[in-house]
Amino acid sequence: MSEVVSLTAAELGAAIGTGEVSSEEATAAYLDRIGAVDGQIGAFLHVGRESALAQARAVDARRAAGEELGPLAGVPVAHKDVFATKDMPTTAASKILQDWRPPYDATVTARLREAGLVILGKTNMDEFAMGSSTENSAYHVTRNPWDTDRIPGGSSGGSSAAVAAFEAPLATGTDTGGSIRQPAAVCGLVGGKPTYGGSSRFGLIAFASSLDTPGPLARNVLDAALLHEAFSGHDPHDSTSVDAPVPPVADAARVGDVDGLRVGVVKELDGDGFQAGVRQRFRETVELLESLGAKVVELSCPSFDAALSAYYLIAPSECSSNLARFDAMRYGLRVGDDGTRSAEEVMSLTRAQGFGAEVKRRIVLGTYALSSGYYDAYYGSAQQVRTLIKRDFDAAFENVDVLVSPTTPTTAFPIGERLDDPMAMYLADLCTIPSNLAGNASLSVPCGLAPEDGLPVGFQIMAPALADDRTYRVAAAVERALSERDGDLLARNPYAV
Amino acid sequence: MVLMTAITRDEVAHLARLARLALDEGELDTLAVQLGDILTAVTKVQEVAQGDIPPSSHALPLTNVYRPDEARPCLTPEQALSGAPAVEDQRFRVPRILGEEE
Repeated sequence: MSEVVSLTAAELGAAIGTGEVSSEEATAAYLDRIGAVDGQIGAFLHVGRESALAQARAVDARRAAGEELGPLAGVPVAHKDVFATKDMPTTAASKILQDWRPPYDATVTARLREAGLVILGKTNMDEFAMGSSTENSAYHVTRNPWDTDRIPGGSSGGSSAAVAAFEAPLATGTDTGGSIRQPAAVCGLVGGKPTYGGSSRFGLIAFASSLDTPGPLARNVLDAALLHEAFSGHDPHDSTSVDAPVPPVADAARVGDVDGLRVGVVKELDGDGFQAGVRQRFRETVELLESLGAKVVELSCPSFDAALSAYYLIAPSECSSNLARFDAMRYGLRVGDDGTRSAEEVMSLTRAQGFGAEVKRRIVLGTYALSSGYYDAYYGSAQQVRTLIKRDFDAAFENVDVLVSPTTPTTAFPIGERLDDPMAMYLADLCTIPSNLAGNASLSVPCGLAPEDGLPVGFQIMAPALADDRTYRVAAAVERALSERDGDLLARNPYAV
Repeated sequence: MVLMTAITRDEVAHLARLARLALDEGELDTLAVQLGDILTAVTKVQEVAQGDIPPSSHALPLTNVYRPDEARPCLTPEQALSGAPAVEDQRFRVPRILGEEE
């Protein structure tokens, strides 16, 4: 069944639509693929073989009954373990939620099911989505299919590794500071962060609620766009959901025309600290867009220099508040309840044993930044920087249609390299964070392999809020031009099928 | 404004108590150093955020959202209690919360 696994999601959906292949056959092929390679990659925390096959048979039955189904009906998907799924464990890769089964589905989960997508299982991640390497999972490491000694990115690293290793054609992710775009970049994939509020947070285990955004990962731009459309859109269950139509991202991915488009290169998101091969591929891609008719200008967003600092105050502050819900009382782990200890003691013991080092670090940092006496100097100043970043974006988008930068300063780094140095780890999010703070649409598309290490480089495209379609349009142009120049880049990954 | 970015082990212990985290001695030591490093690195926000710039808690303008005040289906008691560490008489059973020593 390697032919099925090598198809794009759009091709597989079409083949299932015409009855050329059944969803059950496709699902079985992917389950076999997971069985063959996931021992080496470690992308999944849970594989739901029986539930996936049952979902696939249900889609085949709906099709046989003549029901009109969407373009991804019957196509398998890997689902990040941060989304509530009532038929599978949901752990956010934390010991505090080991074996927990939520009593309801997240909106994203429910919409995947409605669109007929078949959920293969739940993917590994940094615990509570805090990290850039998936090394903060409480369960196991995940390896980058391009080089299994390197990280797959994070926090959606199980999702990126699954798609890059052809264990799934599509995956969901969430992006709080770059957790979709960075893993996509280092695994040679397309990863989109929709406009904040464009995809629902209901049933998503919260990390930083003003930043968290679900989005798609795929091996090509059209597949990412189709998945984006399948689960996005207004949700009355999420009070920050935007009540507006989903931007026409799939149409934009099919068009891919940049003639006359105004492209701004952000001066602050490139520089000496960046890997030479990353800068080279980025510059070449900007020139490529120019050759396709785009009008390129360099511009400055001075406040972006403080974005990383603002993020590492805002995100831990929100995390310290959100994770207060893990109190050992209503669900999840409870430690030390021997009849002699008080609720407060049980709570403190449970949280100390249930949370990993990075989660504890962020909870304590957030508690500090929000505490009386420091609030104005830290959390308050960070919120002011957030205003400045938003103003920089607004000013830039008066003159250009999209902004571009490298997605990450370096290619995938070796497993273990940054584990003991939190600030070095945080730098992986340097270019992705501004769009989380401002809430605008952003996407990463592969732009070649770095000459010095042969690893994928990501090209980031940022567009105004609710103009997500522009990011897909530019990404499709890059994808097409590069495939003419370089051929099928993904095929150079040792796990390509 | 002089900003304190060094953080003592006792301060970390106080924060951990506030956050209900029973951290061990080694964790307190490590965190005191790491938090100092992180806070030093993020003081940039104070250089940039000067003057009367309004703070943004969210990126996009938000208005409160209400739904009609009507009864609608919700979780059953069994579903709501399905993940509870301990249950008694259709309720969450919790360790004692009164008479704690101060």
